[in-house]
Amino acid sequence: MSETDLEVREGVDRETVETVQNMGSYKYGWDTEIEMEYAPKGVNEDIVRLISQKNEEPEWMTEWRLQAFRRWQTMTEPKWAMLNYPEIDYQDIHYYARPKSMEVKPKSLDEVDPKLLATYEKLGIPLKEQMILAGVEGAENAPAEGRKVAVDAVFDSVSVGTTFKDELAKAGVIFCSISEAIREHPELVKKYLGSVVPQSDNFFATLNSAVFSDGSFVYVPPNTRCPMELSTYFRMNAENTGQFERTLIIADKGSYVSYLEGCTAPKRDTAQLHAAVVEIVILEDAEVKYSTVQNWFPGDEEGKGGIYNFVTKRADCREARAKVMWTQVETGSAITWKYPSCILRGEESSGEFYSIAIANNMQQADTGTKMIHLGKNSRSRIVSKGISAGKAQNTYRGLVSMHPKATNSRNYTQCDSLLIGDKCGAHTVPYIEVKNTSSRVEHEATTSKVDDDQLFYCRSRGMDEEEAVAVIVNGFVREVLQALPMEFAMEAQSLVAISLEGSVG
Amino acid sequence: MLKIDNLHVKLEDHDKQILKGLSLEVPAGEVHAIMGPNGSGKSTLSYVLSGRDGYEVTEGAASLDGQDLLEMEPEERAAAGLFLAFQYPVEIPGVGNMTFLRTAVNAQRKRRGEEEMSAGDFLKVVREKAKALKIDAEMLKRPVNVGFSGGEKKRNEILQMAMLEPRMCIMDETDSGLDVDAMRLVADGVNALRSPDRSFLVITHYQRLLDHIQPDVVHIMADGRIIRSGGPELALEVEKNGYGDLLTEAG
Repeated sequence: MSETDLEVREGVDRETVETVQNMGSYKYGWDTEIEMEYAPKGVNEDIVRLISQKNEEPEWMTEWRLQAFRRWQTMTEPKWAMLNYPEIDYQDIHYYARPKSMEVKPKSLDEVDPKLLATYEKLGIPLKEQMILAGVEGAENAPAEGRKVAVDAVFDSVSVGTTFKDELAKAGVIFCSISEAIREHPELVKKYLGSVVPQSDNFFATLNSAVFSDGSFVYVPPNTRCPMELSTYFRMNAENTGQFERTLIIADKGSYVSYLEGCTAPKRDTAQLHAAVVEIVILEDAEVKYSTVQNWFPGDEEGKGGIYNFVTKRADCREARAKVMWTQVETGSAITWKYPSCILRGEESSGEFYSIAIANNMQQADTGTKMIHLGKNSRSRIVSKGISAGKAQNTYRGLVSMHPKATNSRNYTQCDSLLIGDKCGAHTVPYIEVKNTSSRVEHEATTSKVDDDQLFYCRSRGMDEEEAVAVIVNGFVREVLQALPMEFAMEAQSLVAISLEGSVG
Repeated sequence: MLKIDNLHVKLEDHDKQILKGLSLEVPAGEVHAIMGPNGSGKSTLSYVLSGRDGYEVTEGAASLDGQDLLEMEPEERAAAGLFLAFQYPVEIPGVGNMTFLRTAVNAQRKRRGEEEMSAGDFLKVVREKAKALKIDAEMLKRPVNVGFSGGEKKRNEILQMAMLEPRMCIMDETDSGLDVDAMRLVADGVNALRSPDRSFLVITHYQRLLDHIQPDVVHIMADGRIIRSGGPELALEVEKNGYGDLLTEAG
């Protein structure tokens, strides 16, 4: 490791510790007062048509949605997860909410309602085309390179704007809202939408297929390295409203893209539903990195309010040597039901899943991944770090499946749980299926506690209790943080610290 | 510097008295050794002074430079200049040794209202001090104490001591588990830190460490009290005759 690397990392570590001291608890809990337009509460075919019409969709899309909706009506909510929450009344939710000012679609960011722009500014996501400097403390000797990150900002049901579109277009990369893609690039959407997560996949994905309002769309053409990081920032603002976004990413042969996703919501007393679908298609020799920092409002200490997050994310390594890496930092949501998965269809394709899931207070998380090995010599790696504090319950649920044709494939799973306090729980539920004789699956799991000896050791060296916990937890999640892009790693580290505030003592 | 007066300590959860009226004074610049048989309360003394949970002070007082130690949190005691070199240094997986040290140094500086050390300055100083202790750069990058040999762990404690520059260093059986070479390195590290405004309280079972770290005063501890104090020759006496005579003498 070079000196510069070391110093940069030192800077990152420092960041967490400082954050613990400087920040309050959930800092994105404010709301934006803005005039909204809502669809009537509830879901039926008319609502599905209304959403389709608001997005000015072609007939085929409306039909696709209706088909999904009809299917959904025959399905029942899955109950196998280790989650306890009150019955969700699907007819008591608004399925569409958009700022009035978005009625006439702004042609460029200059036309977007300043209030909306201010919202993102306040969230630390300026919707301006500017360089984002890696502001690492202590990195004086690091090369001062500016990095560009293109942002698609989704506010409740609509995309507010997308930055750097022109510059990306020059490289042949399409980055826009999914509603725009349906209008402008129907051939791509028709070909790939639902090809990874079929309409009928599961209760929540099917509901999403019927009522998704917006989300992001990415297409990276063959042999193209996307010139900057792409990101989508989801903000749920309206009350009693569900957010159903849909993301579709296609990495054509030999291409590469790194995509980041961030989420926040105001503090509300009532729980809110979020049911997203992310589909990633990866063709021959292409690579996609998908990183999430999920910081939805987790509910208060008594478990009131918060986001119910039921998300289906799946990547299809469709051709040879396709590669995907999921990295997630899950700190928010009252309920998390999420299993970003990899279908390793191509020969020598590879899937990686790095996860930090933190549940504090009354939060419940049931999260993990699925690695479906279909192609020969495919590889997968799972590193899951679950942290439970307060009265939270945290479950890792994972499937590793080696199909008969996936000969000589390999999986390595490492699944670690850390408990803080004695009222929380950690659970590990691995499913392993191997249907050929040449593949190898390894699974390692540990459960540990932040122990008093470690805390005392840190404190005897001058750190206060929260600094000490931050340091210990940081060590625990290190492997995963290192998988994140730099800017995200810092944000994630701060979040880890904040989410665990008040978990000791 | 360190003043302990009639200290009585019991375990919080059990009705067991461990320290029974211990008094001790370590003036600035002096090295005092505490020797005593197993179970005499030596480690308890070091834990109580540094603020570990699980002990209850039922009587007596302890102060550092006039500040009441017993009223302070462990991190406040550290910032006030107290340092405990652990008998069994704790492992913290995933946390780089360097990160840990820098967090500690800056936490103390911040608490004292001093400016924090930049990454660059820190790196320079830590490398210098590590070199003197024959700690190689690789060890600085490894997670705190994880996979360290016994000798490496103890040298690492001394490195922390060197970086934190405490006024009062308590060393809890730092010699346990060390071979002769490792003990010499540790002793050299400690000797290099000796200064007129820094004091040491060296807790040990055996005299051999005191061959390398010359104490000004030796205290013999038994059954929760100091039963005898004297010069370095006291340690030699123990080495020769064991604790038996001293204990009988003290009744």
